[in-house]
This record gives sequence, C-alpha cells and structure tokens, in this order.
Amino acid sequence: MNHTEQDLVTEDSPRDHYKALVKRSPFYEKQVALSNTNKWHRWKAYTVADEIECMEQEYFAVRNSCGVFDVTPMSKYRIGGPDAEAFMNRLVTRDVRKIKPGRVGYTVWCNDQGKVIDDGTIFHLEQGVYLLCAQERQYDWLMLSALGFDVEISEETNNIACLAVQGPTSCATLKAMGLAGIEGMKPFGLTHFDFGGAKLMVSRTGFTGDLGYELWIDFDSAEALWDALFEAGKDRGIRAIGGDALELARIEAGFILGGVDFVPANQCVRLHHDRSPFELDLGWLVDFSKESFTGRTALLREKQEGSRYRLVKLNIEGNKPAHNAYVMNGKGGKTIGAVSSAAWSPVAKANVALASLDLTKRINDNNIWVEIFYQKELKWHRKWARAEIVKDPFWNPERKRVTPPADV
Amino acid sequence: MTKQYDAIVIGGGHNGLVCAAYLGKAGKKVLLLEAADEVGGMARTREFCEGYRVSAGAHILHSLSAQVVKELALLDHGLDRSGHCLETVILDEQGAHVTAGRDSASGEGLSPEEIEAYASFKKKLRSYAELMQPMMRRRPPRVAALGFRDSVALAKLGWNMRFGLGTEEMRDFLRLAGINIYDVLDEFLGEGPASDKLKGMISLDAVMGSFTGPRSPNTVFTYLCRLMGELEGDMQLPVGGMGAVMQALANAAQAHGVEVRTAAPVSSIRTEKGCVVGVRLASGDDIDADIVVSNADPKTTFLKLLGAPKLEAGFANRVSRIRNRGTAAKLHFALRGLPKFTGLEEGQLRNRLLVASSSDFVELAFNPVKYEEVSDSPAIELVIPSLADPSLAPEGHHVMSIALPHVPYALKGGWDAEARKAFIDSVIASVERFAPGFTELVVDSELLTPADIEAQFGATGGHWHHGELALDQMLMLRPLYGAAQYTTPLDGLFLCGAGCHPGGGVSGLPGHNAAAAVLKNKKKGRAEAVA
Repeated sequence: MNHTEQDLVTEDSPRDHYKALVKRSPFYEKQVALSNTNKWHRWKAYTVADEIECMEQEYFAVRNSCGVFDVTPMSKYRIGGPDAEAFMNRLVTRDVRKIKPGRVGYTVWCNDQGKVIDDGTIFHLEQGVYLLCAQERQYDWLMLSALGFDVEISEETNNIACLAVQGPTSCATLKAMGLAGIEGMKPFGLTHFDFGGAKLMVSRTGFTGDLGYELWIDFDSAEALWDALFEAGKDRGIRAIGGDALELARIEAGFILGGVDFVPANQCVRLHHDRSPFELDLGWLVDFSKESFTGRTALLREKQEGSRYRLVKLNIEGNKPAHNAYVMNGKGGKTIGAVSSAAWSPVAKANVALASLDLTKRINDNNIWVEIFYQKELKWHRKWARAEIVKDPFWNPERKRVTPPADV
Repeated sequence: MTKQYDAIVIGGGHNGLVCAAYLGKAGKKVLLLEAADEVGGMARTREFCEGYRVSAGAHILHSLSAQVVKELALLDHGLDRSGHCLETVILDEQGAHVTAGRDSASGEGLSPEEIEAYASFKKKLRSYAELMQPMMRRRPPRVAALGFRDSVALAKLGWNMRFGLGTEEMRDFLRLAGINIYDVLDEFLGEGPASDKLKGMISLDAVMGSFTGPRSPNTVFTYLCRLMGELEGDMQLPVGGMGAVMQALANAAQAHGVEVRTAAPVSSIRTEKGCVVGVRLASGDDIDADIVVSNADPKTTFLKLLGAPKLEAGFANRVSRIRNRGTAAKLHFALRGLPKFTGLEEGQLRNRLLVASSSDFVELAFNPVKYEEVSDSPAIELVIPSLADPSLAPEGHHVMSIALPHVPYALKGGWDAEARKAFIDSVIASVERFAPGFTELVVDSELLTPADIEAQFGATGGHWHHGELALDQMLMLRPLYGAAQYTTPLDGLFLCGAGCHPGGGVSGLPGHNAAAAVLKNKKKGRAEAVA
C-alpha cells in the first residue's frame, strides 16, 4: 500500500491518538531516506517497508551478505513476578522450564480448543523474567490467562525497537560494530551489550532460516544503532530490506506465518478454519508431560483421535509459483487441500510451497498434483504440476547452526 | 496401590449428602468431608442466641424430591413429613389478609372470578413445570455431541410440549417461559387490592434467591423452577427444623456405608497430570481417591480448591464470570412471646406470612439492591418455626425466621454494626406494622447478609443457589458448558451442588443426578498413559 503524508500525522498527545492512524518505527526516517520505491504495508499499528530499493537485491543480501529488516512492530510483552514461570508454562504448549536464562525458545500457544492463537518466541531474560514476542497483539489473551497467577505483564511493543540482521556476514558486521564475543553466541542464545550507555540485547534468532541476529534497544537509541550497524556493515554488503524479501526467505526456511498459513484462533470465526499445532506440523512443541496448559485436553484428544489437517512442504515441478493453488489427489483428482504460501526459491532452485491438506480426504502421498493458475497479459493459463512432499526446509544451511560463524 | 475410598464428597450440604448416599448405595466406599461441626450446610438448624435455634438458610421444606425421599428411604431414616402443610398469608396492615393455597385463595375482597383466575393460572403454570420436570431429574443433554439418551429425552420434551400441552398451550409456554412474571400476572390475574396480594406472593416466589425483581426477564422461568418444588409436595416446617431433614439424609448416607467426617475442611483438590488423585485437608492431611465430588459452588471448587492455574485459561475465565451475586438474606428473631398479627388467629401463624402486597411492592423493594442499598420497605417471607417445634425456643418463647429477597452483598458504606442495626430495625418496624407490639417481643436477633452467608457457608457471593438461576445458566449451561453434566475438565472431578443443573432449593436433585453421572462415568484413558 502506498501511503500519503496525511496518513502519517504523528501522535502529539494521547487524546490525538486517532490522528496517528499509522505509527512510525524509530527506524522509519532511516528507511525513507534509503527508499526509492515508496512501498509500504501495515503490520498492526506500524508502517513497514515492502521493498526499499529492489526486492531481488534485498533477498540476495539476506542469502549472500547481510539484510536488515525493521521488526519493531513485533508484539512484545515482559512477563515477571513470582508465578512467571508457572504462568508461561500454562500459557504455551512446550515446557518453558527447558528454556534456560539467556536462551530463546520458539513456541505456540493455544486456546481451550487446542487451536493456535499465535506462534512466537520466548526470551528468558533472567531467572523468572521473560519477553514474549509475537506477530499478533496478545495483551488481552495474556491478561485473561493471568487469572490465578501472581504475575506482572507489561506491553513493551512501543518501547523496544528491533532490527533483524540476517545473512552470512551478519556476525562479522556485528563484531565490527564492537559487539565483542558475538561469534561465541549459539543459535537461540541471548546476550546483553552496552551500546553508548544504552542496553542492547542481541539474540541469535530470525525469520530467514539463515545465520542471523536480532538487536533489541529502546526507541531513543534506535537511530544511533542503525547508523553504527550500517557503518560497520558497509564493506560487508549490508542492505535494508523490505517485507517482500523476508517473505521469500521465510518460505524457503519453511516458517509459517499467521494470517497466511494459519488463521490465529482468536481471529477465527468459521468452524475448522483454525489449526492445532499438530495440524501445523508443530507437534514437537507440544509437551504432554506438563500437568496443565491451555489446550491440553483438546490436543490430547486430537493426538488420540487424529488431526483434521496436515501442513506440508511441497516441491513442485516447473517454475510457476503455485500461489493459491488447489492440491489434488492425482492429476485431475479430487481436491485435498490448498497452497497457502508459494515461491520460486532462487537459492534452492526449486518451486516451493506450503500447503494444508484435509485429512478427511483420501490422499496418496506419492501422487500429489497442484493446479496452478497464472496470468500472461490478462489471459489466464492453467498448469498441472506434480508435487513432492518434502520433510526438510528448502533452505537449511550449515552456517545457520555453526558456532562460531565463518568470519566473512 | 489400594485406596481406602472410591470417592470423596466435599461438603455435607443436602446435595453432598444425597450424592454420597446414592454412591454408597451403589456399593462405593465414600468419605464425606464437611468443614463445619455438623452436616446440613445452609439448611442446618443451629443456635443463634442462647436457647433459640433456627434453620440458617432454607427454613421451609417444600421441594425435596419425592424420588429421592423414596429411593433413599428417608422416611425410615427420620424424615417426618406428617406435619402441618403451610398455606401462604399475604399480610395486610388493616387485617384484610389474603390466604393462598396450592390452587385455592380466600380473603376479603376476592371475587369468585379472581379465585378462579388464580386457580387456573396456577394449574397452567404447573403444567409447564410438569413438562420440564423430567429434564430436571436427569443430567442435562450434551447438545454438541448429542447421544441417544439425550436425543430421546429431548424428543420426549418436544413430544410432551406439542401433544401433551397441545398447540395453544405450547405457544403460550414458548411465549411466557423467558419473560417477566410481572406482565404475565397482569395478563392472567384480576385487579384490585386482593388480587394484587396474590400477585405480590407469586412475584416474591419468583424472585426469592435471584438478583431480580418481578419485572426482570427470566422471572417466569424462576417461578416455574419454584413450582417444580410444588410438584414434590406441600410446604412444611419440619420438627427439629431443616436440620432434622439433613440428619435424615446423613442417616441414610451412613446406612449405606458413607463415612461422614465433620470439622474437616478441605483446603485443596489434588491432581496429577490432569487427573484427580484426592484432597488435602486444612489440617495438612492428604486423602486419596480417584473420584472427588464437590458440593461446593463452582467458583469455590474451580478457583479456590483447584485453582485457575490447573484449568485451561478460557474455562477458568468463564468460571470467574458465573453470575452469583447473592441478594437473599436471613434475619432471625428470638421472641419472648408469640406476636399478634392484626386480623390473624394464632393457628394461622403456623403458615408462611408474606409482606408483599403487590408486584409493584416487590419491584420497588428490589430497586435499591441494584445500587447496593436496602429498601426501607422490604419484601419479607416469615415463619415461626417454634409453633411447629416448641423445642426450638425456651418455653413460652418463640423464634421467627425471615427470608429477605433483596439485600445487597456489599452495602454502600459497608455492613458495619450501625448499618446492620439500622437494617434490622427497619425490618422490625415493617413487621410491627402488621403485628403491633412486635418490637417489645424481640429478645435478640441474627442477620445473615449474603456476605455473612458466604463467610459462614462458603457459597461464593453468598448466593443461595450457588449461581443465578437464569436462562443463561440453566440446563447445559449450568454452571457453564464444559462442566454442565456434573463432569469437569479434570478426570475424576465431579460437581454435585446447587450450582449444577437443576439448581437451588432443597431438592436433592443435583446430588441425585451427579451420583448417576459418577457411576456412569467410564474412566477415561488416564491422561498420563498417552504422555
């Protein structure tokens, strides 16, 4: 969506909040200065770049050098208090006790029906203090879940700015910026640095399936951080990226996206349009050894009785991305599902997709086809393409896991 | 490990006793734990000042299920239903009282047409109560996953509605069941001061125990619930008070092998991996059992004994939103003699006396409670139990038991000593208007506001019915979906109190239905088997 200056009246006082229909991240001016496409979209209250200069170059920065994406709009909640651990463990499906202080864990959380409200990351800041990050806003669900717990929950979304620094030269860039010892940080690690007197939190996390870090800092120090980062990375191919490049990277990594690959359960109105963790191929996040967590009863029943859907990664023949394609049981066969995310993956040299299959239908895993529709100068074409269900992410490089990362 | 008990029942109110007795009868080894020194809950009869005893909550026996009486052989265990059957006298300051029985009415100014209108109205509404009664004697249907038995029960209800009531009456039932009693009374009963008194009586009966006035929606439904009690038998003041009825239930339970332990408050329900494994007493002792049945109200059971953290978030929040603002209070008077009511003979004092001269009177008495205030002209239900059982008071003395439908749980400014005295004095003044000289007879008094009832009997909000009786909290919605069939999200935990279907009143039906649910419950695959 292209916006006009009028949309972006800033917030002068609380009573003028309605004038600021779109919030600006503290990195907004920096991105505007770089942008020659003026392409933006909305992520909750914030405006976020689709593309800064050139989507393809931005994507290749993530895969070949270093791409920087503004993740400030991410919902962030600080959870502390005597019952914080018990609260977190009741909230999410996995066992939070296994995420030690200084570590980050990916998780989902469900409603009573065992359907995924959102996925996100838990940052175990210090013993018994957590930062929960998610795409969707969660404050009401957290408050509702707090009944009976002695916890303090504070919304930090508009206090903490965040940059995702992703790609093979990301580690070297951060080291050049002065983050001594960053190379020793393991995947899902979490460390704090001093940044000109401000507290800079760095985690080895991301949404690209590559080597990468996320930098967390208060709004006031955000611009200085941007400047230091780009100065340090100028010889390492650093580039600000937009959401389009990130979207391609996350599909290659096989990561699901709320609102695209599943409907967040609290926003879902229609029966069976939401998804359980099992139905999103995230059964590994469900830990039934915990006595009690929201969704446990329903998920236990689902585990015994079977799921309704199955999320699969598809490797599709040809090079036409299977956007919104139906998935069929055999060429010309019955519809068994639909593609939710699709892309031509430059790095995997493959036509990839995420799709949801309806397990109430008869499915032959070895004879799956997709019916792809595409347009050429307003004329629609249809193409049948064979698809193979693959287990591993389409892009899963060794450098994502190696510590220390190569010094490039 | 062999456990000493098959089941533990928490709470020895009437439903706990009934449930325990049925479980014992079915051969289960049952332990009943009561926090107080004696069983009976709100229906126990205890001394409120030296030498005077009265039933704490329920003071009239009227809705005890005949089926429960028969199946538990309560008459053999000490239940006495031979006493005087109460009529209702709606008081008039000048002595122009109206006396109402089940279908009869008499009094100054009542025309034969008005009496006939009353009788036919009662018969009409009682036919609706009869229609609903079978649904009250079984667990509510599970609508989302309708089983065979549920389908049959609903089909029977539909058949009886269509062919039992007939087209006209079915339409009237569907028209009336959800609306307010005020409009319905205006439609069916006559006008004038005498008929107004009948309307006042029915209004009071419809709202007693609920946060409602006669103009509130749902009050036809609450009146039908009341009439279901009338189907079970007449109103009586039992010898020995309601406590004697409770003792009969305890005797029946014990005869079936139930171990009753009093002064044994439970502090928590113990679980392992989503399954109940027993209880912990306030003394710190643990007692094991795979089945725990709670007679406590749903909020106490889920949020205090179990704790919200052991429940899933959505369910816990729905529990916290159960409507249970109690508004019914009790006021007990120790009297040095029998009061004289203008225009009433001594024999008539054995009846139920009401200060409820019209529907409007009851509505006006309700209004202040919405704003946490008390009416200076409250609606009153009073009985003198010592006339039925002189042993309740010293010789020549009497006790008066008053139920007040509209007293706030939290009074604006607080229930301090001054506020309590002012309220008691205003009730004394109200009674004085009908019984000159009453004030001089009062030796002592005891006021149980909803807050007191909560403190003494543990019912959250001090609500007699453990939760408002209303269309949004009835049948498969009572106390809330997910726990409406006496089962709960926790394997082995059951509910049996008035918070369950079919609700409050000393009917014993929730206890009866809960026992059936416990006995029918096939042990689910204990959760850890999968984990």
